[in-house]
Amino acid sequence: MAGESNGAGVFGSSIRRREDPELITGRAKYTDDLQLPNTAYCTILRSDYAHAKINGIDASEAEALDGVIAVYTASDIADSGVPGGIPVGWLLPDMVIPEHFMLAKDTTRYVGDGVAIVVAEDQYTAHDALELIYVDYDPRDGVADPKKATEDGAPLVHDEAPNNIAFDWEIGDKEMTDAAFANAAHVASLDIVNNRLIPNAMEPRAALADYNSITGELTLYMTTQNPHIHRLLISLASLGLPEHKIRVIAPEVGGGFGSKIHHYADEAIAAWASMQTGRPVKWTATRTETYLTDAHGRDHVTHAEMAMDADGKFTGLRVDTYAAMGAYLSTFAPAVPTYLYGTLMSGEYDLPAIYCHVYGVFTHTVPVDAYRGAGRPEATFVVERLVDEAARVSGIDPAEIRRRNFVAPDNFPFQTQVALAYDSGNYEGALDKALETIGYDDFRNEQAAAREQGKYLGIGLSTYIEACGLAPSAVVGSLGAQAGQWESAVVRVHATGKVTVYSGCSGHGQGHETTYAQIVASALGVPYEDIDVIEGDSGVMPHGWGTYGSRSAATGGSAIASAAEKVVDKARTIAAHLLEAAEEDLEFEDGNFFVKGSPDQAQSLPDVALQAYLAHNLPKGIEPALEATSFYDPENFVFPFGTHIAVVEVCANTGHVELQRYLAVDDVGNVINPMIVDGQVHGGIAQGVGQSLYETAVYDEGANLLSGTMLDYAVPKAHFLPSFETDRTVTPCPHNPLGVKGVGEAGTIASPAAVVNAVVDALSPFGVAHIDMPVTSEKVWNAINN
Amino acid sequence: MGISIELEVNGASVSKEVEPRLLLAHLLREELGLTGTKIGCDTSQCGSCTILLDGQAVKSCTVLAVQADGSEITTIEGLANGEYHPVQQAFWDNHGLQCGFCTPGMIISCVDLLGTNPQPSEDEIRHGLEGNLCRCTGYHNIVRAVQDAAETMNG
Repeated sequence: MAGESNGAGVFGSSIRRREDPELITGRAKYTDDLQLPNTAYCTILRSDYAHAKINGIDASEAEALDGVIAVYTASDIADSGVPGGIPVGWLLPDMVIPEHFMLAKDTTRYVGDGVAIVVAEDQYTAHDALELIYVDYDPRDGVADPKKATEDGAPLVHDEAPNNIAFDWEIGDKEMTDAAFANAAHVASLDIVNNRLIPNAMEPRAALADYNSITGELTLYMTTQNPHIHRLLISLASLGLPEHKIRVIAPEVGGGFGSKIHHYADEAIAAWASMQTGRPVKWTATRTETYLTDAHGRDHVTHAEMAMDADGKFTGLRVDTYAAMGAYLSTFAPAVPTYLYGTLMSGEYDLPAIYCHVYGVFTHTVPVDAYRGAGRPEATFVVERLVDEAARVSGIDPAEIRRRNFVAPDNFPFQTQVALAYDSGNYEGALDKALETIGYDDFRNEQAAAREQGKYLGIGLSTYIEACGLAPSAVVGSLGAQAGQWESAVVRVHATGKVTVYSGCSGHGQGHETTYAQIVASALGVPYEDIDVIEGDSGVMPHGWGTYGSRSAATGGSAIASAAEKVVDKARTIAAHLLEAAEEDLEFEDGNFFVKGSPDQAQSLPDVALQAYLAHNLPKGIEPALEATSFYDPENFVFPFGTHIAVVEVCANTGHVELQRYLAVDDVGNVINPMIVDGQVHGGIAQGVGQSLYETAVYDEGANLLSGTMLDYAVPKAHFLPSFETDRTVTPCPHNPLGVKGVGEAGTIASPAAVVNAVVDALSPFGVAHIDMPVTSEKVWNAINN
Repeated sequence: MGISIELEVNGASVSKEVEPRLLLAHLLREELGLTGTKIGCDTSQCGSCTILLDGQAVKSCTVLAVQADGSEITTIEGLANGEYHPVQQAFWDNHGLQCGFCTPGMIISCVDLLGTNPQPSEDEIRHGLEGNLCRCTGYHNIVRAVQDAAETMNG
């Protein structure tokens, strides 16, 4: 265990997390743990029907219940004069944008759509009152399957979207791609369902709103990954309060995985209820409620084809996808199956022709938005499954066919046919390391011997790339984002040399307080213990865009590094003045400025900081104090990559899949804290393995959510998973100051294809070409026996 | 309609008058301010609310406060005794937590597990924790933490 101390060596050390003492003792405060005097409790009545007209609502019994303060419906929100909207933050050309309000007005469009609000003196009463509200529903047909929803005659989610199509999007060159298929020696083809997932952050969403009618200020404690985005959207679209009068605070946040990025109705409802009642109002979702309201993930129906020449060289990729949007367009939903999906279709391969077409489709379901990986797991699954199928139809080994098609290490930067320019990579390096560790050649012998004895072993590769570190602002702006994607940091050196760092990112389990302090300790040469990191409060830090898209090291960390560099530059000027030396003659080492060759006459950073604050003797034109702010806008995305390998044994009698080994060789660039990076990989793999073997959100034909509680949805338990093997190669990012990429999503992006490829490999004696996720025993048994 | 109960929570005597339907988890969190005990689901799956009731790990969302009358309860706040419990220490040392929400319940379950099986195999650890869900760690480092704690406690 590395010591928690100072110096340049702190960057790259597995320092134990400073966040943990409060968490392991139960002292940390999450939103629902907070208490304000005179708090009232809010619950929300939700539609039991996927699709229904509301003829009327009778709340009189609920209103009469002892302890109920008020019951509100959509008309009360409209009458209060607030905008009441829940907007979409990413616009695509010709996209149908239906109105979306904090409560359903006259039509409900998914099971869970909000219909009425109860505010009561305590949470038990608030829940009791929900049972006493009578809604006269006129049920209509609903549709949940994104492909069926586009068929003529399917029930419409919004009248203004014929065939339920929200947008019709494409990327790549159709003509060139069609020509590649016309001339192909082999074609691999797959129909793929990417199963709908429910995020399941362990902390349910919650909000504690405190509106002060005297000052007009709203303080909103909430479960958020991005306080400033929520402030902006609540101000502009939901409540109409001036932005500077809203303070959004993220206390401890218990996981997010994307589900706490989005702007939902519920937190705005709590705030609105506080404005109405003049009291603090708390809303806390039950788990079942999170299943009905947290944006779901994935839910694609895809047909994909790969064209090859006679040597197994890929010549073209063609993809056609129906992507569910759910009942409304959630905050960043349109970006997920388009710019975070179609742009990844080149994978790690030098693919000369690509065409990807996507329909975004309204369905009578919970809205779909970013969930860990967001578009990139879906793309990687398509590409990596198709590469294995290409290997199968061409008779080339899966590792070999990848090798033949990789972008070569000397071919960077590499411009793909689908917009992205990969900055750096060494794909064969990661593959070689993974194959050697797993013992690939020996495995094939073992597999053959096992089959003789009726044992079916399989190995699956996933050689993935992802684009993360979201993102260059001008680029995402040109693609439809109604947001910037730069990041902010303040590095403040106090008069005593202690340091406070503010970041616009907002961690919720990633260990930013530790990692960011490591960055600053290395940059300033001050003891790690002397640095505090503060995030998650729109009232105390400059605007930032939050934590998602594996961006917090690449953008947030880079902003901090840039601010620290500015601090050192200013301190150098002051130190040169104090040492009566020229700035260019100064060295800066371990927090000390000194003239080259004279380290004994040094000015330490705390010495300089004190002089900066006293301001008795500063160089001409230099302002007092020692702090710097940086707004860092990245030049490009970052492109982590690697090879993941799964080894499974499939029981031919029962269809049971046992995941025996899971190896991840990732390249995330320079590593700030290896222990934390490994932890991110572990968690990512678990969610991807969860998707591939266990998890799926199930809607019936009438669009009722069957997997509606934690009892019905298989969040992996400890014994569902093996221990994971992790390793790395290091190819630094060439365009940010730390050389870091991102690691939060890599495991989730890579692992579903590795697991399913392994199962299909195990079943190759039975001629099985594909199995949809989750790969349950029933599906495997049917694949073997049909 | 209130029912009087008396119990000992983290070594302190507590007397309360409670609604018959009040859950023990809510008694701890709302009435006693012990918010270290978390509530992560409504179907007794997640285990975030796990506490020790007369030395045994139970899900406090599935126990009525009145059922706890006369019992001794230890929550995460009562586990450290001047220094961290070996399980708490091992979770910190082995990066056995990320967001920390499942952690109080997970740690309590691990204390119970090691109390009944001081030297569990990896398989026994994984099955022993089947009542506690974690979405962040993939359980990898939680298993390491339990192994580490077992070594310390047996040492």
